Amino acid sequence: MPAKAKEFATESSVPASNEAPGVGVSIRGLQHSYGELLTIEQLDVGVPAHGVLGLVGPSGCGKSTLLELIAGLQEPELGEVALGEKLDPAARLARCAFMPQSDLLLPWLSAIDNAALALRNRGVRRGAARREAGELFERFGLAGFERSSPAELSGGMRQRVAFLRTLVAGKPVLALDEPFASLDAITRAEMQQWLAGALDADPRTVVLVTHDVEEALYLCDRVAVLSARPARIVEELSAPAPRATDRDEAVTDPEFVVVRERALHALREGTA
Amino acid sequence: MRRWVLPTLLIAGLIGAWQIAASTGAIADALSLDPILVPSPAEIAESLWQNRSLLAEDAWVTFQEMLLGLCFAIIAGIAFAVAMHLSETLRIAFYPLIVASQTIPVIAIAPILVVWFGFGIGPKLWIIALICFFPVTVSTLAGLRSVDPEATKMMRTLDASRLQILWRVDAPASLPYFFSGIRIAVAIAAIAAVFAEWVGADSGLGHLILIDNAQLQTARVFAAVLVLSAMTMALVGLVVLAERRIVTWR
Repeated sequence: MPAKAKEFATESSVPASNEAPGVGVSIRGLQHSYGELLTIEQLDVGVPAHGVLGLVGPSGCGKSTLLELIAGLQEPELGEVALGEKLDPAARLARCAFMPQSDLLLPWLSAIDNAALALRNRGVRRGAARREAGELFERFGLAGFERSSPAELSGGMRQRVAFLRTLVAGKPVLALDEPFASLDAITRAEMQQWLAGALDADPRTVVLVTHDVEEALYLCDRVAVLSARPARIVEELSAPAPRATDRDEAVTDPEFVVVRERALHALREGTA
Repeated sequence: MRRWVLPTLLIAGLIGAWQIAASTGAIADALSLDPILVPSPAEIAESLWQNRSLLAEDAWVTFQEMLLGLCFAIIAGIAFAVAMHLSETLRIAFYPLIVASQTIPVIAIAPILVVWFGFGIGPKLWIIALICFFPVTVSTLAGLRSVDPEATKMMRTLDASRLQILWRVDAPASLPYFFSGIRIAVAIAAIAAVFAEWVGADSGLGHLILIDNAQLQTARVFAAVLVLSAMTMALVGLVVLAERRIVTWR
């Protein structure tokens, strides 16, 4: 992560806050089809524990399917997807929380009850669940908005609540599907910086799908550029490290610009 | 202001025109009828007042039939909708049957229902429930199915069981649809109740209307219709109020 120029954390690294030791993701020889259509072909990629991997690729290249495979919402046709040692979908489902493209906050629940959904699903009582989620509201700049309904929140706030809902689940792996795609440019930049800070405070293994190369390079340790369907990896890039904490500073750094241009070039090649 | 004034003026105007046309005998003349068959609004109001205890008794009977019939329709409607939502097999199997149930002219089999279930409240509840459960079932099912599949996936990764997804996501999402189904069901419950009483009853507003029609008690026919209509509007109003209290996020 930018703030601490994160080298890949190992399982032995000191867990932050109440965090369990991380779980890595490894994908080997993955192939997947949607009906007759081959969407993913011979894909090998890994994320170490507490690493942040960005997946960048053209629209419709199967990025979202890849996230669903990681999260255990789908089974691969060929090859394997493992979270830690666990291969079966139920175990993956238990180890991975998924943040969809739109925030999908439930309009009939308050912000805090939305964030506490995973706890409620596990049978935690409402009061205790609210207290636990409430601590995160304090830590992540949402204090005072606990009782607000989603309709009363701005787009950026809604994404923060949606991300906290994913964090509260307490899963070692987070699958984020274009979390800021629906936001305007200014809010998106703010949210990227916010997410970088949040992941510093509470490190998880993250797979982030985005079509924004800059976002991927700013937030991730490594970025895999995918080709058009069927998706395969065109190039894997390491984000420049160390990066400045300030987003604007980080993305205008000459080294960052060089890597960004390489990524864009790879993206063009993969689409051609 | 306009929302109240305009319809009130329109209704007052219509009643006034009717009063003049009826009391001068214009309608009866135009239809070549005995003026006794064309009551004026004033006569209807008078009949309403004079027969208030009789009308109240019959209204109470019809009200109970409507309410119980609606309860059965709502319980059956929710049960069918949830079952068809949870199981694709059940949905495929039952949906055509449920649509087909609406093509049955209940009026045609009503006498048989009376033979089966007797002259008591039984056949009336069947008729009302049979007519009303369709809008409840279909709109509740549409509501349950309106949920974004991404929300279901998100809930699964947040450790939700199928029943928790039903309770925390699908059910609240279906509420606005459910209430619009209930509004339609309440409105047609009044029609169904009158009609059920026509087939075989010894009390109720529908029964009263049938008798009074035969005895040319036209003012009381209109009075009974007025009571029925007011009762139905009050019930619809209650449903709307409940919806506003419960569905606060719309």
